[in-house]
Amino acid sequence: MSGRTMFEKIWGGHVVRENEAGTTLLYVDRHLVHEVTSPQAFEGLKLAGRTVRHPEFTLAVPDHNVPTTDRSHGIADPSSAKQIDALEKNCREWDIPFFALDDHRQGIVHVIGPEQGFTLPGMTIVCGDSHTSTHGAFGTLAFGIGTSEVEHVLATQCLLQTKPKTILIQVDGTLSHYCSAKDIILAIIEKIGTAGATGYIIEYAGSAIRALSMEGRMTLCNMSIEAGARAGMVAPDECTIDYIRGRPLAPAGKAFDAAAEAWRQLSTDSDATFDRVLELRAESIAPQVTWGTSPGMGTAVDQYVPDPKTITDDRLRVATEQALDYMGLTSGTPITDISIDKVFIGSCTNGRIEDLRLAAKYAKGKKVHQRVHAMVVPGSGLVKRQAEDEGLDQVFQEAGFEWREAGCSMCLAMNPDVLKFGDRCASTSNRNFEGRQGKGGRTHLVSPAMAVVAAIEGHFVDIRSWIHSQP
Amino acid sequence: MDPFTTLTGLVAPLDRLNVDTDQIIPKQYLKTVQRTGLKDGLFYDWRCMPDGTPDPTFFMNQARFSGVAILLGRDNFGCGSSREHAPWALLDYGIRCVIAPSFADIFYNNCFQNGMLPIVLPEDAINELFCSVDATEGYQLTVNLDAQTITRPEGQLIQFVIDPFRKSCLLSGLDTIGLTLEYEGDIAVYEAKRKTDVPWLFPS
Repeated sequence: MSGRTMFEKIWGGHVVRENEAGTTLLYVDRHLVHEVTSPQAFEGLKLAGRTVRHPEFTLAVPDHNVPTTDRSHGIADPSSAKQIDALEKNCREWDIPFFALDDHRQGIVHVIGPEQGFTLPGMTIVCGDSHTSTHGAFGTLAFGIGTSEVEHVLATQCLLQTKPKTILIQVDGTLSHYCSAKDIILAIIEKIGTAGATGYIIEYAGSAIRALSMEGRMTLCNMSIEAGARAGMVAPDECTIDYIRGRPLAPAGKAFDAAAEAWRQLSTDSDATFDRVLELRAESIAPQVTWGTSPGMGTAVDQYVPDPKTITDDRLRVATEQALDYMGLTSGTPITDISIDKVFIGSCTNGRIEDLRLAAKYAKGKKVHQRVHAMVVPGSGLVKRQAEDEGLDQVFQEAGFEWREAGCSMCLAMNPDVLKFGDRCASTSNRNFEGRQGKGGRTHLVSPAMAVVAAIEGHFVDIRSWIHSQP
Repeated sequence: MDPFTTLTGLVAPLDRLNVDTDQIIPKQYLKTVQRTGLKDGLFYDWRCMPDGTPDPTFFMNQARFSGVAILLGRDNFGCGSSREHAPWALLDYGIRCVIAPSFADIFYNNCFQNGMLPIVLPEDAINELFCSVDATEGYQLTVNLDAQTITRPEGQLIQFVIDPFRKSCLLSGLDTIGLTLEYEGDIAVYEAKRKTDVPWLFPS
C-alpha cells in the first residue's frame, strides 16, 4: 500500500460513514461561529425542533460587523447591534462558549481559534467563513461552509462531503528578507489563478514553508481560498507544537505530550502521491502588489500595470480591461508610481502580533504621508493588548496611524470602516474585489511591510531599495 | 427545501469572469437575520450607478430580461466569500438555475442547499448560449434535472453531468440534516471511538 498524504490521514480519521453515491459523512471536531452567517442557522434549528449536539465543541465571537472605534457605549448601527445581540442570545440559549464584544479575548474568529488553542493539528474545523482555511497552518483540515451547513454541523457535528483532490505546492529555497508569507501566497495565486485549485486541498511544503513561523503559515493558508481551494494545510512540526503549548484550550501535561506525539505522525508519507504538484523557488518571489479586482491580478512591485492588448485569451483580456477601468490604472504605469489614499493593516490574513511587529519596525520614527489616512486594526483583543505591552501602539500613533479595536474592519467593510468612492487603498487583507472595501473603492493587496512603506511615501515603493535609502 | 425537477425560464447573460459573492450580494445586505428579502441587494453595485440610478447596460435593468429564471455566467462563478446570502439573493429574485463553465466550491455547494441548480457546461456550449441569448429576445431554456438535459428552443438537447447524490437530494427536496440525523447510531459509535483515539479532543 502506498503512503498517505496528511490530508488523506485526517480525512480518513473523520469518516463516520460512506453514504450512497460516494458522499462521505464527515465528523467535525470544532466549529467556529460568528454573527453574520449564523442567525439563520439557529433559526432553522428552532423551526425544525432540533438542538445543538455539541455546544462544547463550538466557539462563537462577533467580528465581521463590530465597530473598531470606542464601543463602550454600544453599537450605533441598529442592524449591526441586532445581529450581534442575536449571536449572544443564541449562544446563551444553546450554552455555546461565547466571547462577547467587551471580552478582551474578542477578535476575528480565525485569529482567536489558534490564539486560544481551540485549533489543534489533525482536527477538522469548519466555520461559516471562507477564510477558515487559515487553521490549516496547524495541519488541520479546515474549510468554510455556508449557513445551511452551519446548521447541519450545529445539529449533527457532521457534514456531507465529497472527497476533494490534492495538490502539493512545494516552495523551496530562501525567501528575501523583505518578503513574507503574504508575498508567497500572492505569487502562488498570480501563478495558478483564482480558480487554479478549485476542487483541491492544498498542502504547502518545502524549505521556505518550513522556515515560516506559525503566523506566517496562517497567512499562507488563509488565502488558499483565493486560489479556489477550500483548504490549505502545512504539516505540523516542532514549531507548531511549541506554538500550541500552554494555550488556554490546548491539552496540558501528559495529554499534551500524547497529543504532540500523534501530531508528529500526521505528515505526508514519503511515498504518498498528490493529484497535482507545483514547485516554486522562494528566491523568485519579490514583494507583491495586486493591480486588479481579483487576487490573481498581481505582480512584483518592480513591474508595471499590464497591457490587456498583449493578452491573447479574449475573456481574460476583457476581464483585464474591466479591472484596469475600475481601478483607474493605465497600462505600462510602474507599480511604484501608483499613489494611494488609504492604508489598512489588519484582517485574518495579516492582523496578528508578528504582522504588527513587522509593520511597527518600518513605521518607527517615520510619518504617514500627508495625503494618506492609515489605520491599524489588531486581529484580536489579545493581539491589541500584546502590541500595547510592547509599545507598538505608540509607534503607530506617533507615525500617524490610527490604532483601533479588534475586528474584521475594512477587510470587508461591513462596519463603519469603509473606503469612499474612488479611494485607493494599500491593504493587508485578502480580497481586492470591486467594492469589497466600499463601493468604488480600489484595493491593492500587499504585505504589512509593503503597506507601511506605502503609507509613509504615499505610493507603492520597492521596500528592498527603499530600506537602503533611509537614514 | 423546494424540490427541483424541471424549470423552463427566461435566460439572462452575465458575461464576466470570476463573479464573486461580494458582487452578487454586497456586505451592507448581510446585516439581516433572515434568509428572505435579499433581492434588493442582488448585484447592487453593478445594478446602480454611483449616484444610485439604474445602470441601463446591466441585465437587471433591461425589460427583456424581466422575469429571468436562469442566469448564464462565466468561469469561477460565485468565488470569494462563503455567504449563503448569494444564492438566497438570486433565489429571491427568481433565479433558480445558474449555468457556467465552472463554479467556486462553496457557492456551488450552497446552491444545492437551497433548491437551486448550478450547471457546469463546456466553454463551447456556454459560448453558443451567450450568442443565442444575445440574438433572441425572450430566449428560454428548459432544464430537466432527472434527464440531466437542457433543451434549447432551437430543439437541440444539451446533456449535463451532476453528482448522483446531489441530484437525488434536489429532486426530492431532501432535508439533508434529517438524513444525517438518521445515522445517529453511526455518529455515536464514531464519537466513542474518537474519544479513545484522541482523548485530548474531549476535555471533561
